[in-house]
Amino acid sequence: MKQENTIMENQLFRPLDLKKKMRPGESVIQALLFIAGLGSIFITLAIVYELGKEAWLFFGNPDVTFAKFFGTTTWQPGIGHFGIWPLVTSTLITSSIAIFVSLPLGLAVALFLSEYASPKARSALKPILEILAGIPTVVYGYFALLFMTPLLQSIFGKQTVEVYNMASAGLVMGIMILPLISSMSEDALSAVPRALREGAYAMGATKFETSVQVVLPAALSGIGAALIIGISRAIGETMIVAIAAGSGPNFTFNPFKAAETMTGHIARISGGDLSYNSIDYTSLFAIALMLFLVTLILNLISQGIINKFRQRYE
Amino acid sequence: MNNINAPDIAIETKNLFIFYGSFAAVSEVNIKIEKQKVTAIIGPSGCGKSTLIRAFNRMNDFVPSSYVTGEILLQGQNLYGKNIDPVEVRRKIGMVFQKPNPFPKSIYENISWGAKINGFKGNMDELVEQSLRGAALWDEVKDKLKKSAYELSGGQQQRLCIARTIAIQPEIILMDEPASALDPISTLRIEELMQELKKNYTIIIVTHNMQQAARVSDYTAMMMLEKDGSRSGTVIEFSETKKIFTNPKDKRTEDYVTGRFG
Amino acid sequence: MNPNRDYYPKGEDLHRSLGRRYRSASIWQTLFFSALVIAILSLAALLYNVIDGAFGYVAFEYKNDPTEFSTKPLDALNKQELLDILKANLSSGAFTKLENEKPMDTRSKSVLYTLLLERLIQIDTKETWSMTDSIFRSAKIKAEVAEKYPEAKLEFRSWLTPVFLTTPMSSKAEFAGVRTAILGSLWMVGIALLFALPIGTGAAIYLQEYASKNFLNRIIQTNINNLAGVPSIVYGMLGLAIFVRALEPFTSGRLFGVTDSNGRTILSAGLTMGTLVLPLIIINAQEAIKSVPDSLRQAAFGVGATRWQTVWHHVLPNALPGILTGSILAVSRAIGETAPLIVVGASTFISIDPSGPFSKFTALPIQIFQWTTRAQSEFHSIAASAIIVLLILLLTLNAAAILLRNRVQKKY
Ligand SMILES: Nc1ncnc2c1ncn2[C@@H]1O[C@H](COP(=O)(O)OP(=O)(O)OP(=O)(O)O)[C@@H](O)[C@H]1O
Ligand SMILES: [Mg+2]
Repeated sequence: MKQENTIMENQLFRPLDLKKKMRPGESVIQALLFIAGLGSIFITLAIVYELGKEAWLFFGNPDVTFAKFFGTTTWQPGIGHFGIWPLVTSTLITSSIAIFVSLPLGLAVALFLSEYASPKARSALKPILEILAGIPTVVYGYFALLFMTPLLQSIFGKQTVEVYNMASAGLVMGIMILPLISSMSEDALSAVPRALREGAYAMGATKFETSVQVVLPAALSGIGAALIIGISRAIGETMIVAIAAGSGPNFTFNPFKAAETMTGHIARISGGDLSYNSIDYTSLFAIALMLFLVTLILNLISQGIINKFRQRYE
Repeated sequence: MNNINAPDIAIETKNLFIFYGSFAAVSEVNIKIEKQKVTAIIGPSGCGKSTLIRAFNRMNDFVPSSYVTGEILLQGQNLYGKNIDPVEVRRKIGMVFQKPNPFPKSIYENISWGAKINGFKGNMDELVEQSLRGAALWDEVKDKLKKSAYELSGGQQQRLCIARTIAIQPEIILMDEPASALDPISTLRIEELMQELKKNYTIIIVTHNMQQAARVSDYTAMMMLEKDGSRSGTVIEFSETKKIFTNPKDKRTEDYVTGRFG
Repeated sequence: MNPNRDYYPKGEDLHRSLGRRYRSASIWQTLFFSALVIAILSLAALLYNVIDGAFGYVAFEYKNDPTEFSTKPLDALNKQELLDILKANLSSGAFTKLENEKPMDTRSKSVLYTLLLERLIQIDTKETWSMTDSIFRSAKIKAEVAEKYPEAKLEFRSWLTPVFLTTPMSSKAEFAGVRTAILGSLWMVGIALLFALPIGTGAAIYLQEYASKNFLNRIIQTNINNLAGVPSIVYGMLGLAIFVRALEPFTSGRLFGVTDSNGRTILSAGLTMGTLVLPLIIINAQEAIKSVPDSLRQAAFGVGATRWQTVWHHVLPNALPGILTGSILAVSRAIGETAPLIVVGASTFISIDPSGPFSKFTALPIQIFQWTTRAQSEFHSIAASAIIVLLILLLTLNAAAILLRNRVQKKY
C-alpha cells in the first residue's frame, strides 16, 4: 500500500509534458505495416513487368509481325506461325456459351431469392449456391469431360460432338459462374430502396410487375457489373477448358469441335519442359499479358459501376 | 359529424386495430371519410399516422409481422375481407409518399407505366399530358419528357409522383407527409394542387404542419397515444377542420394545435 | 367527371385482366424457380457423377497365376509370408530399391499385399463400369465379361479405400494413391500461409488502422480488389518468371546446399499460391478488423495507449477469429487451385514423399487433372476418388470456417 502511494505521488508531482515524444518502436512497426500494404502494389508491378518483359521479347522478334499476329489464323510459334485468332476465337466461344448460360440463370435465381423466397427458404438455398461456388475448377473439368460431353454426344450424336469440345466446357463454365452472377445480382436487387417498390405497389402493380419492371431496371447497373465480372472470370478460367475444350489451337466456330483457348494453351505448353529462351516461352507471356490486361480492364469497369451504383442509393 | 351521410362516404373504419407482432400500433379507430374532401391526419410523432394511412391501401402487407383486426370499408366492402385482392385495392387507392420516389425511368414512362400495367386503352400521350397538367407540372417538363425523372428537382419529382398516381385514376389518394421534404414554394404548389384534385378525388393527407392542415383540409383527425401507457395510438377527435382548430372538444387536441404540446 | 376512368377495365373486365396478369406472373415465377432447380440439379449431377465414377465393377486378369507364388489363397497370407514371397520372387535390385525407400518389415500388411499384386502377379485391368451401370446392368455386365474376357475376374470395387489415401503414386491405376499428392498440397498450403498471412494481416492493419484517405492508399485499396480478380493462371506465369526462374538459386535450394533440383519446387509453388491468396487474406482481414467496435479503440486510447498498443492488445485479439476464418477460406482456395501449379511445374509422377521445401512435388488437384485427362477409364475412377478426398477436405475446412464465424457473430 505504501509503495503504491509513493508511485501516485511521484506521478502527481512529475512536471506535465505533452510534447510529442519519439517512439522509435511505433515508427518501425508503422513502417513495416506500410511495406506490407505496398506488397500488393509490388505484385501488380511484378506482373506487369515480368509479363511485359517477356511479351516485349516476343513481339520484338522480327518474325512476329503485326500482320501475322492479327492477320493469320494458325498459332504455332515453334514453327513460325503467329496468328493469334484460333486462341482468341475459342476463348470467346467458350466464354460466350458460359455467359449465355449463367446470365439468365443467375439473374433468375437472384430474382427468385431476393423477391420471392422467404427469408427461411433463402437461408436454406444460399448455401447450395455457395457450395457450387466453392468447388474447385478442376472438378468442374472432370464434370465437363465425363458428364457434359457424353450428355451432348447422346443428344447430338457422336459424329457431331467431338470428345473434346468447346460447348461442354462452356456449358460447365456457365454453371461455375452462375453463383457469382446470382450473388452479385442479388446484392444489386436488394440494394434497390424499399421506397421504389412501395411506389410501384401503390400504383396497383403486382409483385411480378414490381420486381421485373421497376426493381430489375433499377438494379441494372449492378447486374451489369456482375455480368462484366462474369465475363472476366470466364475468360480467365483455365482448368475446365484445359480438360474439356481440346488441346491444340484450332480455328473453328463450331462449338462441338475441339479448340484450345488462351488459358488452356498456356497451361498445356507451360506444363511441359520449356526452355526459357524459346519463342514458345515468350509467346506464353504475351498471351498472359493480354489476359491480364483484358481482365484488369473488365474488373476496373465493374468496380467503377458498383461504386457509382452505391452512391446513387446512399 | 352528423352532416356525413352514408352515400357520400369514401372510406370508413370500424373498430380498427393495427398490430406489429403483438404490439398494437393503432387501436380502436372509428372514422368515416367523406368523398371529394381533403381529410388531414395530425398528431405527434410515433402515434400511428403512417400506420393508419398505409392500412388504407394495404401497404402494411409488406411488413410481415403486421396484421389488422376490425374493418376498413370501401363502398361497403371490407378491404381486409377474405376475397379481396390487395392489388385491386391499391389500384383504387393510390399513394404519394413522404420522400419523392419516381421510378428510374423517363418522365413519360413514369406516368405511362402504371397506366400500361393497369390496362389503359386510351391515347397514352394525351393521358401523360393530362396527368402532368393535373399535377401542375406540364409546363416545366413538356420539353423533356424523355429525360430521366431523376433530373427533376425534389418538388418536381413529388408532383411527378402525384401525376403518375392520378394517371391511373384512383378513387382515393393517400399522402403521407407529401411536402415534408420540400421547400416552401414547392409545398405551396402541392397545397394548391390538392385543392384542384379534390374536385375529382378523395384525399387523405398526413401532416406535421398545423398551418398546412388548417389551410388544405376540410376534415381533421387528431391522433394521440392512448393515456393508458400502452404506446398505442388512436384517433381522439375527428371533425371539421375549422372546429378542431377553433373549438376542439378534447383538451389534448387544443394543447397540440396551439403548440402547447410537449 | 373523369373521362379517363372509362379507359381502364372495370368490374368483370378488371378481374379478368388481373387474372391474366397473375397468370403470366406465375409462369415467370415458375421460370425463376426452375433456374434455381437447374442450379441445384447441376450440383447434384456433379456430385453424382463423381461418386458414380469412384465405385463399380472392374474386370481384370492376373498376368501371372497366383498359385505360382503361393499355395494358400492370397488373402489368407500373413505379413511374414508376404514378405518372404516378395523376397523370393523380386529381383534383388528391385527389392533393395524398395528396402531403401522404406524398410520392408516396417511396411504394413496391406502395403505388402499391394506390392505382391503390383509387382509379381501383375493385374491387367480390362474394363471398368460406373456405379450406376454396375447396379442396374449387373447381369448384362457379367455376361459381357464372360464372353469378352473369359479369363477375367469381375469385382465390385470401391476405388476410394484407406490404402488409396496412404499409398504413393503408381503408373497403374489400381495401385495408385494420393499420399504424395496430399502431402504436397499440405506443404504448399503451409508455405503459402506462412508467406501470405503475416503480410496480409499487416497490410490489412495498415489500411484499416493507419492509412489516411489519401491518393496512395486509395490506389492500394483498388489494387487489392483488382488483384483478387486476376486469373489464377496469370499468377502462375508470375510464379514461373519470378520464383521458378529469377529466384532459382533460392527456390531450388542451391543457396542452402541442395544440389539436385531446379526452381520447380514446393517452395516456388507455395510462394506463388501465397501471392495468389494474399489479396483474399487482406480483404477478409480488413473485414474482421472493421467489425471490431470503435468504442474498444477509444477506450484504449482513452487510457493513454499508443496506436500500436491499441492494435496489438485490443483490436487484433478481437479480430483474430475473423482473420482465421479468412485464412481458412484462403486455404480452401489454395487447395483447389490447379492452373498456377501446372504453370510453375508441379510434377505429375512423384512416388516419394516430399521431404522439404526444395522437393519436387505434386498436389491433389494436379493428380485429379492428370488422371482425368488419361484415356483409360480406371484412371477416371481414381480421379473421382481423389475428387471425393478433395471435396471432403474442402467441406471440413469450410465447416470449420462457418463454426468460427458463428462464434464471432455471437460475440457482438
Ligand atoms: N414496420 C414496423 N414494425 C414494427 N413497428 C413499427 C413498424 N412501423 C412502425 N412501427 C411502430 O408503430 C408505431 C407507429 O409508427 P408510425 O410510423 O405509424 O408513426 P407516425 O405517426 O407515422 O410517426 P411519424 O410522425 O414520426 O411519421 C411506432 O411506435 C413505431 O415504432
Ligand atoms: Mg409517419
